[in-house]
Amino acid sequence: MAHAEAHADEHHYTATGIDNKKLAIWTFIGSECMFFASLIGVYLTYKGRDVSGPKPHAEWLDKAGVLQEQMLEIPLVTFGTALLLFSSFFVVLALNGAQRGNRKQLIGWLVATIFCGVFFVGMQVYEFSHFAHRGMGYTTNLFASTFYTLTGFHGTHVTLGLLWLISVLVVALRGKLPPEKALNLEMAALYWHFVDVVWIVIFPVVYLIR
Amino acid sequence: MATTAIDHAPAHTHEHTGLWSWITTVDHKRIGILYGATAFFFFLVGGLEALVIRLQLMGPNKTLVSPDTYNQLFTMHGTTMIFLGVMPLSAMFFNYLIPLQLGARDVAFPRLNAFSYWVFLLGGILINVSWFTGHAPNGGWFGYANLTTKQFSPGPNIDFWTVGLQVLGVASLAAAVNFFVTTVNLRAPGMKMMHMPMFVWMSFITQILLLLSFPIITVALILLMIDRTFGTSFFVPTGGGDPILWQHLFWLFGHPEVYILILPSFGIISEILPVFSRKPLFGYAAMVFSGAFIAFVGFGVWAHHMFATGMGPFADAFFSLATMIIAIPTGVKIFNWIGTIWGGKVDFKTPMLFAIGFIAMFIMGGLSGVMHASPPADLQQTDTYFIVAHFHYVLFGGAIFAISGGAYFWWPKMFGKMLDEGLGKLHFWLMLIAFNLTFFPMHILGLNGMPRRVYTYSAESNFELLNKLETIGALLLGFSFLVFLYNIIKTWRTPQPPVGADPWNAATLEWSIPSPPQHFNYPTLPQVHGRDALWELKARHGGPLPEPQRVAEDAVLMPNPSWKPLVAAIGVTVTLGGFIGGSHLWVHVAGVAILLYGIYAWAFEPAFPEHH
Amino acid sequence: MATDALHAEHSHPGWQTYLKVAVVLFALTALEVWAYEIVHRHQPAALASLLEPVVVEVLLILSAFKFALVAMFYMHLKMDGKLLTAIFSFSLLLAAVIVVALMVVMHYLWSHAPTVNPLK
Ligand SMILES: [Cu+2]
Repeated sequence: MAHAEAHADEHHYTATGIDNKKLAIWTFIGSECMFFASLIGVYLTYKGRDVSGPKPHAEWLDKAGVLQEQMLEIPLVTFGTALLLFSSFFVVLALNGAQRGNRKQLIGWLVATIFCGVFFVGMQVYEFSHFAHRGMGYTTNLFASTFYTLTGFHGTHVTLGLLWLISVLVVALRGKLPPEKALNLEMAALYWHFVDVVWIVIFPVVYLIR
Repeated sequence: MATTAIDHAPAHTHEHTGLWSWITTVDHKRIGILYGATAFFFFLVGGLEALVIRLQLMGPNKTLVSPDTYNQLFTMHGTTMIFLGVMPLSAMFFNYLIPLQLGARDVAFPRLNAFSYWVFLLGGILINVSWFTGHAPNGGWFGYANLTTKQFSPGPNIDFWTVGLQVLGVASLAAAVNFFVTTVNLRAPGMKMMHMPMFVWMSFITQILLLLSFPIITVALILLMIDRTFGTSFFVPTGGGDPILWQHLFWLFGHPEVYILILPSFGIISEILPVFSRKPLFGYAAMVFSGAFIAFVGFGVWAHHMFATGMGPFADAFFSLATMIIAIPTGVKIFNWIGTIWGGKVDFKTPMLFAIGFIAMFIMGGLSGVMHASPPADLQQTDTYFIVAHFHYVLFGGAIFAISGGAYFWWPKMFGKMLDEGLGKLHFWLMLIAFNLTFFPMHILGLNGMPRRVYTYSAESNFELLNKLETIGALLLGFSFLVFLYNIIKTWRTPQPPVGADPWNAATLEWSIPSPPQHFNYPTLPQVHGRDALWELKARHGGPLPEPQRVAEDAVLMPNPSWKPLVAAIGVTVTLGGFIGGSHLWVHVAGVAILLYGIYAWAFEPAFPEHH
Repeated sequence: MATDALHAEHSHPGWQTYLKVAVVLFALTALEVWAYEIVHRHQPAALASLLEPVVVEVLLILSAFKFALVAMFYMHLKMDGKLLTAIFSFSLLLAAVIVVALMVVMHYLWSHAPTVNPLK
C-alpha cells in the first residue's frame, strides 16, 4: 500500500517540471496558430478580389443600383474588442484567486469573464444578422465568404472557450476547485487568452486596415 | 532497472481479456497493437485496389472496370495507403515504442490516446463506407479544385473524402499533442533529449510536423466542404476564387506530409542498423539535426508540386533551390546509415535485410526526386508514371520496407515469440524483387510519356510489355504479403520457448523488460546516463543481464480503463459525417450531443483507481 | 502540490501588474481606432497625410504590442518555462510566414503568370 502511493507520486513526475496538461494546451495552441494563419492567409489573399459588392471599407452599388455605405462598423466591433480584452484581464484575476484559494475572487472574476464573453458572442451574432439584413449573405461575394468564415471560426472558438469556462465555474461553485487544482482553470484561461490574441490580430487586419 | 520481484497479493480485479477490455483499453501497448492490426487491414484493402488497377492496365484497351470505378480506385488507393496505411502503421510504432524507449509507464494522456485510435478507426470506416454507396471519392488523393468543386463533381464522392480526412485529422492532431508531451515530459530520469533513441527523435519531429501542417489541410478541407455544401466561391473562378489556392494550401500540408510518412521509418532503420552491425549509430547528433533541418526546410518547398501551374520564374527558382537543399541533410542521413554498417559485425537477420533494402530503395527514390526538383525536368515528368515510380520508391521502397523490418524486429517484444526467420527472408527477397519489377519499369514508361492516372492506353503506344511486367510484379508483391501473413499465423499457432527480454542483444530500454512487457512496463522507472542505455548497462554489468522477473500486475497503480473516448470519437465522426451529401442539421446536433456527453463523462470520471 | 501553489503565487505578478497591462491594452486599442479614424475621415488633415502612408505598419505594430503583452503577462510566458515560449514563438513565426507566403505567391501568380480570366 505504501509503495502504491509512492507510485502515485511518480504519476506527477515530468522531465521538464512543466505539468503535462499545461504543456499539452500550449502545444495545442501552437497548432491552432497554423489553423488561424491559414484562414487569415486566405482572407488577405482574396482581399479586394470580389467581383461585386458589398465592400468592407468602401461604398458600393447594390443590385438595385443604390449606393450603400461600407459594410464594416467599427464602433460596434471596438466595443466587442474591449469586452474581450477585459475578459482576459478578469480571467487572470480569477486564476489568481483560484491559486490563492480565495473563493470569492475566483468566482466573482470568473463570472465577469463569462459575462464579457457572452456579450462578445452576442455582439457578433448581432453583427452577422445586421449584415445579412443589409444584403450580405454567406455566398454574396468573396469578401462575405472569407469574412464570415474567419470571424465565424473565431466566434466558434470563443463559444467553446465559454463552454469550458462555464464548466469550470460550475466545478468552482461546487467547491471542487481547490488551489492544487487551479491548473484546471489555468488551461481554460490559456485557451481563452489565445482566443483573445487571435482577435487582437483579426481586429486590425479585418476591420481597421483598408 | 534492476527489477526485483515484489511479493504482493496476486488478487487483481481488472478484466484483462475479452472484447470489452480492448474497447476500454487505455494501455499504449494495446492501442499500438490495435493501430497495427487496423492499419494492416486497410493496407491490404489499399493493396487490393492497386491490384485491380494493375490488372486493368495489364494490356491495352482493357475494360476490367469502368472509367469511373477506375477513378475511384486510384483515389482510394492513394488516400488509403497514405492516411490509413503508412501513417497509422507508423502510429503503431509511436504507440508501442515511444513510452517503452523513453522508460515511461504510458503516454502522457492514455485516454486521449484511445480517443485518437477510435477516431482513426471510425474515419477509416467512414471513407471506405463510400464503396458500398457506389460513390467512393474519385478526385485523386490531392483532390484538386476545381475538379472537386460542386460543378464538376456533384455527387457525394468528394464529401466522403473531405469529411473523412477531417475526421482522420482530428485523430492525428490528438495523437501528436499526446506524443509531443510524452516525449518532452516522460523521459526517464536522467534521459536528456540528446540521449533519446533515434526512433523517438524522428517520431518527435514527426509530431511537430503533424501539429503544424494538419491545421492547414483542415482549413483547406473545410473551405472545399463549404464551397460544396453552401455554394461559396473559395475555389470557384466565377466568384473570384482561384483553384490554385487549393493547390497551395494542399501542398503546404502535402509536402510536410511526405516527411510525416518517412521520418518514422528513418527512425526504425536507425534502431535496426546499430543492433545488427554491433555498433552504435554513426553520427547521432548529425542524424538529429539533419532530421530537424529536413522538417524545417520541408515547410518551404511545397510548390515543387506545382511547377506545371506556371508560377513564374521567381517562385520556380525559389522552390527548386529549396528542394535541392533538402537533398543535403537526406544525404547526410544515408551516409550515416552506411557509416553505421561500415566495419560492423553485420548479422543479416530479416530486420537487417529490410533495413538495408530500405537504404538501397530509398536512394533510388531520392535520386529520382532530385530530378524533378528542377522545373524544366519536372515539366516533362509531372503527371507521368515517372512520378508514380518516384513516390513508390520512397513510400513503398522506403516506408513499407522499414515498417516491415520494424515488425520483424519488435515482434518478439510485442508478442513474446519470434517470427520465422526462413519465411521472413523469403518475404524480404520476394518483396525486393517484386517491388522492383513493379515499379522500376514505371520510370521508363513515364519518360516515354505514359500519363499518370490514365484509364487505359492504345496498342500502338508500346506501353504493353512494361505494363505486363508491372502487373506480374504487383501480383508477386501481393503474394509476398501472403507469406508475411502465413508467417504470422504459423508463429501464432506454433508453441515456442519464451524469447526472453533481449533476443537481439539490443541497445534500447524496451529490451530490458519481459516480452511482452507487463501493463506498467517498468516496475521502477529506469535511471539513464547516456545514449544506448541498455548497451551501456550491459557493458557496466560485464555481459548479458539476468532475465528480468515478472512482478505482480498490481504492483503499480495504472489508469482506469474507459469507454468514454470511444463515445467522444463517435461524436466527432457523426458531427462531421453530417456533411456528407449536404449539411444535415439533425445529424450535426446528434453528433454534438454525443460528443459533449463523451467529453463531460470523460472529464469527470476518475483517471486512476481509488487507493486501496 | 502545495508547494506548486506557493510557487505560482510568488512567481506570478499581482493584480496591480495585471491592471497596468489592461490599461495599456485599452490605450493601445484606442490608439488603433484613432489611427483608423484619422485616415478614414482625413481629419485632422495634417496628421492624416503624415499617417496615411504608414497606417498599415502602425496598426500591425500596435497589434503586435498588444499580442506580446497578453502572451507575456496574462499567459505567463514571461515567468513560465522557456520551452513554452519557444513552442508559441516558433508556431507564430511559421504562421506569419505562411500568411505572407500565400499572399506573395498568389499575387505574384495573378500579376505575372499568363492567365485566362473567365470573367472577361
Ligand atoms: Cu514535396
